Amino acid sequence: MKLFVSEGSPQCVKVLAALEHTGVKCDVQLLSHEESVVSFLSRPVLPAVLLPSGQQLFSANAICQYLFEVGGKEITDASRQLLEWEATELQPVLLQALHVAVLQGKRSEAGTLLKNPLSWLEQCLSGKPRQFLTAETVEVADIVLWAALYPVLSDSALEAGELHSVRGWFERVSQLPACTKAVQKILPGKELNGLKNFLQKQPVPHAQRRENLPSETEDTEHVMTEEEIEVAAQAWSKGLPECDETIKRQHPVLPKEGKRNVLVTSALPYVNNVPHLGNIIGCVLSADVFSRYGRLRGWNLLYLCGTDEYGTATENKALEEGLTPQQICDKYFAVHSAIYKWFQIDFDYFGRTTTQQQTEISQNIFFRLYERGFLQEDIVEQLRCENCQRFLADRFVEGVCPNCKYPEARGDQCDKCGRLINAVELKDPLCKVCGQTPVIRTSKHLFLDLPKLEGDLEAWLEKTFNTGDWTANAKQITRSWIRDGLKPRCITRDLKWGTPVPLPEYSEKVFYVWFDAPIGYLSITANYTSEWEKWWKNPQQVELYNFMAKDNVPFHSVVFPCSLLGAQDNYTLVNHLIATEYLNYEDTKFSKSRGVGVFGDMAKDTGIPSDVWRFYLTYVRPEGQDSSFSWADLALKNNSELLNNLGNFINRAGMFVSKFFNGCVPEIVLQDEDKRLIAQVSWELKQYIQLLDKVRIRDALKCILNISRHGNQYIQSNEPWKKIKGGEEDRKRAGTVTGVSVNVACLLSAVLEPYMPTVSQTIRAQLQAPDNCASAMLGAEGCFLRSLPTGHQIGTVKPLFQKLETEQIEILRKKFGGQQGPSNKTSTTGTNPPNAAEPITSQGKK
Amino acid sequence: MALRELSSLEKFLGIKKLNKYSTQGERKVPVLQNNNAQSLVGLATISCHLVHEAKRRELLGDSAEQRAVVQQWLEYRLTRLDHCSRDEINIILKELNQYLVDKVYLAGNSITLADMLMYYGIHHIIMELAVQQKEKYLNVTRWFDHIQHYPGVRHHLPPVLKLPFKKR
Repeated sequence: MKLFVSEGSPQCVKVLAALEHTGVKCDVQLLSHEESVVSFLSRPVLPAVLLPSGQQLFSANAICQYLFEVGGKEITDASRQLLEWEATELQPVLLQALHVAVLQGKRSEAGTLLKNPLSWLEQCLSGKPRQFLTAETVEVADIVLWAALYPVLSDSALEAGELHSVRGWFERVSQLPACTKAVQKILPGKELNGLKNFLQKQPVPHAQRRENLPSETEDTEHVMTEEEIEVAAQAWSKGLPECDETIKRQHPVLPKEGKRNVLVTSALPYVNNVPHLGNIIGCVLSADVFSRYGRLRGWNLLYLCGTDEYGTATENKALEEGLTPQQICDKYFAVHSAIYKWFQIDFDYFGRTTTQQQTEISQNIFFRLYERGFLQEDIVEQLRCENCQRFLADRFVEGVCPNCKYPEARGDQCDKCGRLINAVELKDPLCKVCGQTPVIRTSKHLFLDLPKLEGDLEAWLEKTFNTGDWTANAKQITRSWIRDGLKPRCITRDLKWGTPVPLPEYSEKVFYVWFDAPIGYLSITANYTSEWEKWWKNPQQVELYNFMAKDNVPFHSVVFPCSLLGAQDNYTLVNHLIATEYLNYEDTKFSKSRGVGVFGDMAKDTGIPSDVWRFYLTYVRPEGQDSSFSWADLALKNNSELLNNLGNFINRAGMFVSKFFNGCVPEIVLQDEDKRLIAQVSWELKQYIQLLDKVRIRDALKCILNISRHGNQYIQSNEPWKKIKGGEEDRKRAGTVTGVSVNVACLLSAVLEPYMPTVSQTIRAQLQAPDNCASAMLGAEGCFLRSLPTGHQIGTVKPLFQKLETEQIEILRKKFGGQQGPSNKTSTTGTNPPNAAEPITSQGKK
Repeated sequence: MALRELSSLEKFLGIKKLNKYSTQGERKVPVLQNNNAQSLVGLATISCHLVHEAKRRELLGDSAEQRAVVQQWLEYRLTRLDHCSRDEINIILKELNQYLVDKVYLAGNSITLADMLMYYGIHHIIMELAVQQKEKYLNVTRWFDHIQHYPGVRHHLPPVLKLPFKKR
């Protein structure tokens, strides 16, 4: 073993002292700062150790730990914690302090900088009977911290406050022979100036960086001013406006002058897949929460979705089940409708893509693109199975990989070497359906000329990125597509089940699903109302929100907008693209074939109410990053958040009114504490609105839970159940607390509506809340109002939630599989395999 | 962020006990609450503690040498990688790439805590890399892909495509 050190570096003092103290044998070589020992680091770092195995160590703390361990000492948690603190908290400040003290000569400034870490250390040491930091003996943390602090603590001119315990400890360590020896060797009597050389070689320290991400708002406590409290209390006391009529939804909903006209779509689920929880939260449920919220806000909003029914997957499923494609679609359309109904997805219309309107609109867009020269023809070589009488789309052929000879390579990609393959290159190709050898045939196809539309697309994207709310992943995926360059994209396929291509020489072909599936949004609207163009050819008045999982982004941000831009027909293009990441299932993937995970049609068999599912799925919504569904966590959140927090608060508030005041809201005389609660709740409400306006669905849910948490604390500290038994004053106080609480409960019913519609309705029924209270409080920036005035009679109060027992959850967990294990080792790309038989992410010519 | 890492680590270790965490300070340093004893502060410290608790000490390295190497990379992760500037990213990638030339794991011949925490910490950087950069830092790309596919590691993070897998 060999140790390399240099003069003037406190880091080297650490290792030399540790070496002396532990008595480990080692060659020591003194180098200059410029000499590079560790081969892979880009700048010279000392101390460094060359281990017998050839490994190099370049961290002084790691070297010290190693020396102590070789010397027979175990590294404890307490030592590790101090070493981590030293490296992450102390060193940055220390370097900066030494920099200003030694190189800029500002010693007082250095003292100020060091105040915080030193007083923290003082706290650690004071009041402890121990001689040293972690024990009665010198441990690795003592050596490391002592050496780090040596330059500042041995310099009497550097003032850093009263530090009794720190100084005592520092003296004790300084007197160790190992330490005096190390100092003599590395910092021989030149005080702080001895560090000059070393410091000049260090990168210039910068003031602590602050990269507080706006999404990390979890533990910020809002501090309120007196004024804010007073304003909130006054606004609250005004109560509901006299006659704020609630507008009943009237179909068809059409854009209105002077209103905010919002069109919401959720990605069209592929018809023959039963959606799993990830699909549900990714698309329809997220869009539903937002739509319900928008309607409460008084926006003129239309929410549409439907099943995507064309494509090879349907054709195959039909073969499999001995039905016609249309019968398959009818069957599964009913399955989808039933699932979404159970999840209380409040579509204005849930349609499907196999309609006459789909054919008309797709062909219209096609012709406009064709006439304007945005389509080009090309001959493509394809494999055709003569036995099955069809061309074998990419995934319906298997053979030997031309690159790595893997025998089960698919027509588009080899799973072994990962290379993309053109199906005709496969050796010994076989039809996956019948096992026969296909032949190569040429086939003429049409391509959408994306490169020609790229300029228009980029101009539009720049505008919409700036004005709309696009999730970060949506922007990133879109940018990476543009950056990699757009290529012409095939829009036709040799299939039967699809929208026919309206040109004579293409009579045997249909549109590739990814050309016409997004047109489904338009045709579904056309099925809903003949005046569909008022939504879709009206970008001046309409704001369009698309909800989807991230695998769908390129089709909504690049391909489909190009079709619409090329058609030059004043189409409404997406303003806000909201994409989720993936939801995993108990840390593996949802898998229909392996029977892992909860699928939409099974959720209701669990006995867990639809609202609880909605709550939990939005609580773990993969917003910003992947998340997972976990049974244990579901039970935990149900029991802790819904039952003990939210449900408990609402139930108590209602029960106090029933039990203590005969169901009549008592008189309210606000004191400071009440006003503070009202202000806190108002602030959370405003946060909720700001977040949901930006479609931060998961974050906004936390605001709701915060409101009831504040409420619980308020009840707990005021104890109305005790005060009601006291004297006149106490009873009045109990009345005020109860009255304020039940009004908070009423607000909760309003903010819960988008997430848990049934629970929201139940609370409103229990409290006999006025119909207009939700829309009144959620208008504009949001305002917490006294909706239940003194004398208001409430209904019967009952518990809202039920406990989920561990045994019950364990049974469900077993039933739905999802054991952890290495079973997902082969997973390659995303959680959601492409729905259609063709890889929907292949952009180029095939 | 650190708390998500810890929860992923707990899952990897199969820890059933419900640990309570919070964060402190501007940099959101994780804190492990402990009813009976002192709470523990710091991502690396808590992680090492969890590994001990799960009786998976081999994850800290199987010899004193390897244990030092593991600790060194944990420190590198916290002091160099976390909160690093844009310019720093390329230096870090270069260093790691150089280091990983002849290595499968950061320390020794099996996965350690160093691989896991480095993977969690570098994920957002790798995600943003363009194809050319992935090619440039091939050893990092290879190591990263290996770790993300190691059973039970990738919990809270989306998978990142390795080079030749990039679909167009």
